[in-house]
Amino acid sequence: MNEPMDIAFRLNGRPVELTTDPGRRAIDVLREDFGLTAAKEGCGSGECGACAVLVDGTARLSCLMLAAQLHGRDLTTAEGLGRPDAPHPIQTAFAVHGAVQCGYCTPGMTIAAAELLARDPAPDREAARRALSGNLCRCTGYVKIVDAVLAAGAALRGEES
Amino acid sequence: MDADRDKGASPGAPRVDALDKACGRQRYAADETPPGCLLAGVKRAGIPHGRIVRLDTAAARAVPGVVTVLTRADVPGTNRQGIVHKDQPVLCGQRVRHHGDPVALVVAENKDALAAGLAAVEVAFEALPAVFDPEEALSPNAPLVHPDREGGNLLAHGLMEKGDAESALAGCDVVVAGRFATPAQDHVSLEPPNGLARLAPSGRLTMVVSTQAPFRDRFEIAQALGLDPQRIRIRAPYLGGGFGGKDGATVQCLLALAALRLPGRWIKMAWSREETFLAGYKRHAAVMDIRLGARADGTLEAIACAMCFDAGPYAHLSGEIMELGMEHAGGPYRIPHVRIEGSCAYTNNPVGGAFRGFGVVQACFAVERAMDMLARRLGRAPESLRLQNALRPGETSAVGVAAEPGTDVAACLNAALAHPLWTGREAWKQAAPAFTRRGVGLVAVQNAMGYGRGLPDHATAKLELTRQGTFRLYNSVPDMGQGNAAAFVAMAAQALGQPEAAVACVQPDTAACPPAGSSSASRTVYTFGNALLRACRTMAEKLRNRAALALLCDTPDRLVLTPGGVSDPATGRFVPLSVLAGFLIRDDRICIDQFVMPVVENPPDTGREFKLGFPHRYFTYGACLCGVEADELTGRVRLVQCLLTVACGKVFTLAGVEQQLAGAAAQGAGLALFEELALEGGRIRAGDLSTYLIPTSLDLPDIDCLPLPDDEPSGPLGIKGMGEVGIHGPGPAVAQALFDAVGLDAASLPITPEVVLAALEELTP
Ligand code: FES
Ligand code: FES
Repeated sequence: MNEPMDIAFRLNGRPVELTTDPGRRAIDVLREDFGLTAAKEGCGSGECGACAVLVDGTARLSCLMLAAQLHGRDLTTAEGLGRPDAPHPIQTAFAVHGAVQCGYCTPGMTIAAAELLARDPAPDREAARRALSGNLCRCTGYVKIVDAVLAAGAALRGEES
Repeated sequence: MDADRDKGASPGAPRVDALDKACGRQRYAADETPPGCLLAGVKRAGIPHGRIVRLDTAAARAVPGVVTVLTRADVPGTNRQGIVHKDQPVLCGQRVRHHGDPVALVVAENKDALAAGLAAVEVAFEALPAVFDPEEALSPNAPLVHPDREGGNLLAHGLMEKGDAESALAGCDVVVAGRFATPAQDHVSLEPPNGLARLAPSGRLTMVVSTQAPFRDRFEIAQALGLDPQRIRIRAPYLGGGFGGKDGATVQCLLALAALRLPGRWIKMAWSREETFLAGYKRHAAVMDIRLGARADGTLEAIACAMCFDAGPYAHLSGEIMELGMEHAGGPYRIPHVRIEGSCAYTNNPVGGAFRGFGVVQACFAVERAMDMLARRLGRAPESLRLQNALRPGETSAVGVAAEPGTDVAACLNAALAHPLWTGREAWKQAAPAFTRRGVGLVAVQNAMGYGRGLPDHATAKLELTRQGTFRLYNSVPDMGQGNAAAFVAMAAQALGQPEAAVACVQPDTAACPPAGSSSASRTVYTFGNALLRACRTMAEKLRNRAALALLCDTPDRLVLTPGGVSDPATGRFVPLSVLAGFLIRDDRICIDQFVMPVVENPPDTGREFKLGFPHRYFTYGACLCGVEADELTGRVRLVQCLLTVACGKVFTLAGVEQQLAGAAAQGAGLALFEELALEGGRIRAGDLSTYLIPTSLDLPDIDCLPLPDDEPSGPLGIKGMGEVGIHGPGPAVAQALFDAVGLDAASLPITPEVVLAALEELTP
């Protein structure tokens, strides 16, 4: 246990503060202190991508980040991308294109997709596969996930998908 | 191809669970952490076989934040868990039989205290001789895994016999013989096993578990801990994957034990990835010796196959898995003379258990490889030998069961042969980039549906009309990702003439849902779906009759359910369901119905020893094409093309079928090319996701799925189960493709770069 530290950051668009052990993992802070359970723990060691969140627009693995590293950052979880009644186009595309099976990898996949599409609004399948390669899915074989990422790109560009 | 795909077919309505999951709002068992929840963890053996000579928990108890430490002495009841054979201790008291065996259970206030408590448990073993090879385990001098057990290490043995294979083989024009092996495989569900439990002051035990079989779990827990199963309530929210790995006790008995000792407290246990590798069930490694004989014209005459499965130290469903493997060992072919012998051996390796494909993955690899050998000996193309011998409807299978009517395996092969990936294969191979070689393979597959004869494959479904005039269906079979919950909602909505939004779905809860068996065996949508459609029919009839009263209509049959109500097309009048619901008491608003899967009517005596689960009546068929590219410099193999054709009854939703096929093929491809636990002395060396490699998005092609027109009249809306059939093809198809590419005749999986390089060296002197 370390001395508790005051940590302030933006979480899904809102400023938040907490006082906690700075050595705790970010994934635990999100899940336990904020009740945000979209970031999943599939491995706890940076291998699966299920815990991915956007930190200042970059997809990061919350199982490898410490609470102290959240200070001053702008964090977005899958809950912050959109809600079922007002989904983000990436979330809609995942649902519509059958990219969701057990769904345990899905929040992390949507985060990886969000980072990709911000950087490359019109990726091809190969680029999408590369961007998702740190996110394991055991259910789908990835085909429909890639379909969804391309369709989300088209939707974000304002094209008919 | 990419361009075509990018245009995309209309994807259809999304699964009802998809958007919540995509938005991170779905709550899995792992997401439940009630306030004040304690954490439980397990101290594991860390040696393959030994006697516990000292177990001291005093230091662990003294760790601040540790609430209790439990050992075998604290377990009431038999301390034995297991689905059929009860041979697996909840906590080991005297002996440990594999690295992952549990010796103590620590409950603590928080993660740090739990880790410190587990580290402080002092346990000393006297090492015992161990056995890691299933065939060695069956030799007379092998160390015994269960010393007092009659039968020694031979957990199960059986024979399936039709005709006279030995004489027939002696009379064959050609006979090929080979020994084939498939490895253990970890499920790697993204959500590791986990759950919660609490004992209420009333004495009722409530649990939330990531489980495929909540109804059966109650009995397993009750037996192991001496409880009344009726006092146990288990909820199974959506699972983050299962694939068989959550069929059978993982956290259940341990959690229940902790809850008994700490009444009133919620207790949570969540296995880490490493612990899941260490303690979770695995697909059985197997070795298969095959002799396959034919006439000179290619007609199959006889097969003799001996399969030996590595069960690890506990039975789980090993005998049943062996049985299903044996039943499939003759492949989807017409073979008059058959002798399949199976054995399962106890060893000190990780525990073998259910895994998608359930013994069939192993059998299919062996028989398909033997077919390739035979084709070569006969100078025939592998696909033409398969087509020539493909089992047709009405003909008897290798184990003597008449194949049901419907689209057959020949049609699946022909559809693959007509596909551009096949017709264009020569040009594709020619176009191999420099320093690579390409090859294409095509194999036939089959997978039985359901539990088989002797173990009724039964489901009961419950459907409720709410007071508001909407519907609530009680899904009794956990959805581990295969989409059965969404399929049930869609089926019920269709049957009741309502939009899907008007049908809510309660996930499995033993206190609210009637029992319906496990989420396994390609049975879920078939069996529960049939029960549900019956309940829907009863409900619809009831609502028409009640509406007839309200609408003063003498012929209720002419009434139809329309969104939100019942209409009379003759008069245009309409009565809302909410109004009808207001007239009905709750009991009258519920319809419950059931279904039992039909079985083979006059079972052959080919497998008479098998009282449970033999034979199966319904099979799903398929063919699998794989195109591979081998790197001449590194030996690395890429799966570049993959096509699955399948006959699985009617297609309820194309996306649903594609999801299951592509996902299964991905797991099969992992087994074919990368997945290896690297066991050494019963210890898993590849025990995390950086060393045990499952396919990433860069390792797989755009898998193509082609379900053929088919119909299974006994199925709900004509469907058959198809959650497993897709996993079998990639192993043998990749092997055949690599023979095509580099002349490698692989007899075991995974096919590693070293093996490919060795083959390439032979090729280029
Ligand atoms: S849980 Fe963070 S990468 Fe797997
Ligand atoms: S949908 Fe289950 S792991 Fe991706």
